[in-house]
Amino acid sequence: MGLMERLFKTPAWGVHPDDRKQPAAAVPLRVLPMPERLYIPLLQHVGAPARPVVLVGQPVLKGQLIAEPGGNISAPIHAPTSGTVIAIGDLTAPHPSGLTLPAITIAADGADRWAELHGCDDPFALAPEEITRRTAAAGVVGLGGATFPSAVKFSLGKRLDVGTLIVNGGECEPYLSSDDRVMRDFADAVVDGVRIVMHAIGARQALVGIEDNKPEAIAAMRRATEAYAEVKVCPVPARYPMGSDKQLIQTLTGREVPADARAAEVGVLVHNVSTCAAVHRAIRKGIPLIERIVTVNGGAVKNPGNLWAPIGTLIDDLLNFCGVVEAPARLILGGPMMGTPLPHGRTPIVKGASGILAFNAAEAAVPEAGPCIRCGSCAKACPMGLLPMEMAAHIRADSFKGAERFGLADCIACGCCAYICPAHIPLVQYFSHAKGELSAQERASLRNDATKRLVEARAARIERETQEKAAAAARRKAERDRAKAAAAALSTTVTAEEISS
Amino acid sequence: MIAAILSLTLLGTLLGFGLGFADRIFKVESNPLIDEVAALMPGSNCGQCGFPGCSGAAVALVEGRAAAAVCPPGGKALASALAAKLSLELDLSKVADRGPQIASVAEDICIGCCRCIKVCPTDAILGAAKQIHNVIREACTGCGNCVERCPTEAMTLQPIPLTVQHWVWPKPALA
Amino acid sequence: MSTYLLMLVSTALVNNVVLVKFLGLCPFMGVSKQMDSAIGMGLATTFVITLATAACWMLEHWVLVPFDIVYLRILSYILVIAATVQFVEMVVKKSAPGLYQTLGIYLPLITTNCAVLGLPLLNAQEHSPFVYSLLFGFGSSIGFTLVLAMFAGIRERIALSRVPAAFAGAPIAFVTAGLLALAFMGFSGLPTK
Repeated sequence: MGLMERLFKTPAWGVHPDDRKQPAAAVPLRVLPMPERLYIPLLQHVGAPARPVVLVGQPVLKGQLIAEPGGNISAPIHAPTSGTVIAIGDLTAPHPSGLTLPAITIAADGADRWAELHGCDDPFALAPEEITRRTAAAGVVGLGGATFPSAVKFSLGKRLDVGTLIVNGGECEPYLSSDDRVMRDFADAVVDGVRIVMHAIGARQALVGIEDNKPEAIAAMRRATEAYAEVKVCPVPARYPMGSDKQLIQTLTGREVPADARAAEVGVLVHNVSTCAAVHRAIRKGIPLIERIVTVNGGAVKNPGNLWAPIGTLIDDLLNFCGVVEAPARLILGGPMMGTPLPHGRTPIVKGASGILAFNAAEAAVPEAGPCIRCGSCAKACPMGLLPMEMAAHIRADSFKGAERFGLADCIACGCCAYICPAHIPLVQYFSHAKGELSAQERASLRNDATKRLVEARAARIERETQEKAAAAARRKAERDRAKAAAAALSTTVTAEEISS
Repeated sequence: MIAAILSLTLLGTLLGFGLGFADRIFKVESNPLIDEVAALMPGSNCGQCGFPGCSGAAVALVEGRAAAAVCPPGGKALASALAAKLSLELDLSKVADRGPQIASVAEDICIGCCRCIKVCPTDAILGAAKQIHNVIREACTGCGNCVERCPTEAMTLQPIPLTVQHWVWPKPALA
Repeated sequence: MSTYLLMLVSTALVNNVVLVKFLGLCPFMGVSKQMDSAIGMGLATTFVITLATAACWMLEHWVLVPFDIVYLRILSYILVIAATVQFVEMVVKKSAPGLYQTLGIYLPLITTNCAVLGLPLLNAQEHSPFVYSLLFGFGSSIGFTLVLAMFAGIRERIALSRVPAAFAGAPIAFVTAGLLALAFMGFSGLPTK
């Protein structure tokens, strides 16, 4: 612990960007009127894409399963409203590449009729495995942005005997206030969700980490947790990236997650406050994850604030509802530090969409990058203790392995280094590029190994077939020989008889 | 004069015997490097490199007759592994990652002759006589042997389209 | 004892074989692109030089001088060095095929490394005693390895830097080598006597 940390209780890592959460955070939650059409991508989570189980033209009810999980790590997807499936096909993904993803398009009928829901009045009577199963069936994924299927994390926590659940209410990204709003408006739901998650993973205590720039949320959560001694609200200093799980764990428990290890291995599991609220809705009421709170913010938005919107709403629909003062110079899904730049607004929000930022020209301006002068600002800011300038130098020379030696795998892409860099070098893009190239190489070498196995199997098969053929030929030859010998023996007897007769 | 001749002869003989003896002790059966390199190659013997199979390419690599980027199916991963092993020069940006390709069957022309099945190095083609054949996507390496063999040109190589999962952030342009 | 220590410092740093005497520049430029191969080369050369100085001293004092055939010095030295290098090549080929491939042509070229021939010749010129010769050879080759490793480290960093197009490749390496030699001149101020 450095002197700074000891004196001011502020971590030495990270950066402190202007949070720009106001006035959007203070505006009461608004409910988005149901759009005419919803576009629901089949990949909204980490893992395999979901497989559609509806047909074009089929009517669906709100909350009905429309796509089932496509693998062990995957999540189902449900209809966010009642209506008709009008298309299943490719759609521009909310992804920086601008590539397409398969998606289901639903024309809303306006009635918003619910499918039959199966809630549960006393979740604590259920077995932890049953809660995990129901959470999986409700398609709940990590809503902090990582979108990792929550149920997979539950079973991991159960298996590794996690004692502490850390609830992430950090929300350190500037502009965003959706988690803030969840804690202010649905504190009871969050706390109930926290207790259900604790039951599912067998945790004995829960620490709710909330940045101290959200006093209203802290007060609301304190009120809601009064009755439960095992859930503790812990204000943490506002410092980016406090909302990253490794940093929050370190601040709250003093334990550091080792490189190449998961949080569960130091005895904690981290879930976002919005995820806990979604678990509460899924278990208590049986409502799958079909709606969420989205922050709409940025200089180009006329009435910024938080919206309760169905998954699959087009970003243009959200912006039209809030109004724009000028054509957005840049659209970002998520926060300004780690969010995804979007090609255009005709792409839908997904489960992990905590915010939509429409920047005006001044906010979107990117200064031209200059040369690195090795000032070391990035190394000081890096919350993982890495040397971003060294990694970037290796990546610039295409030496991805060299960057890996400097700990590229531990980079959480928080963007502190690029934010602080006085030369405006797009460091995170270097790291994303290298990580992508490395995983492509990894895939290629796995494929190489698979090919090798197939080739060896084929060689073995051909060898076996040749042997079998040879054996069969030998057998036939032996049979032929025997037959010939028998015939010869017969004919000799015959001749002998002829002679004797 | 005699001393010079004698001493140099003696010295040469001694050293010669010494080296001959050392050669026996440090005998290398075959070049172990070739085996190590061959172990890195895909082993499908697809022949796209122009050498007789993967072991042929390994020999060529070790003897310096082939570049690190010799193997198209191996891609950048193999090229950088080979370059590291053999300390060859390699410019990754020039590696012809022609993009992954996959064989596909035009079902209206396939006559079910089974010839492609016999030349497929990874047993990636499924089919029987007079039945339309199909390609197992996971097993196909895109080597193109079947394309050459097909009598009706029903076999073609198609690029595998880039998906969101496989997309890689571009490298930032230099300032 | 302190004489020997000073002797090592003197040979390795003050009279560095590469950067002060400018011997053995061929592997210095040729095998200094990667740290691993530079260290491998340095160790192989250290072995050859130390062995060669010992062998050449014996040759000088037990054969060449007694039989009065000192005019065969260079010829016989080369013979001994070539044999030693052949021996090293066999050992490396057997024990480290990767290093063997990396060093490539530079391994047999240790024979023509002028440092390897130059050091025994200097010894012979100065009629140094055996231990002195051995230390002279060993210290010098340690200096050679040190400089090679240092230069390889610098070149690995240069490979990551944005060198102006006109200087890219060999030119910047020569400039760096020159600067390094200048820096080594600073050691001449060390008291070594």
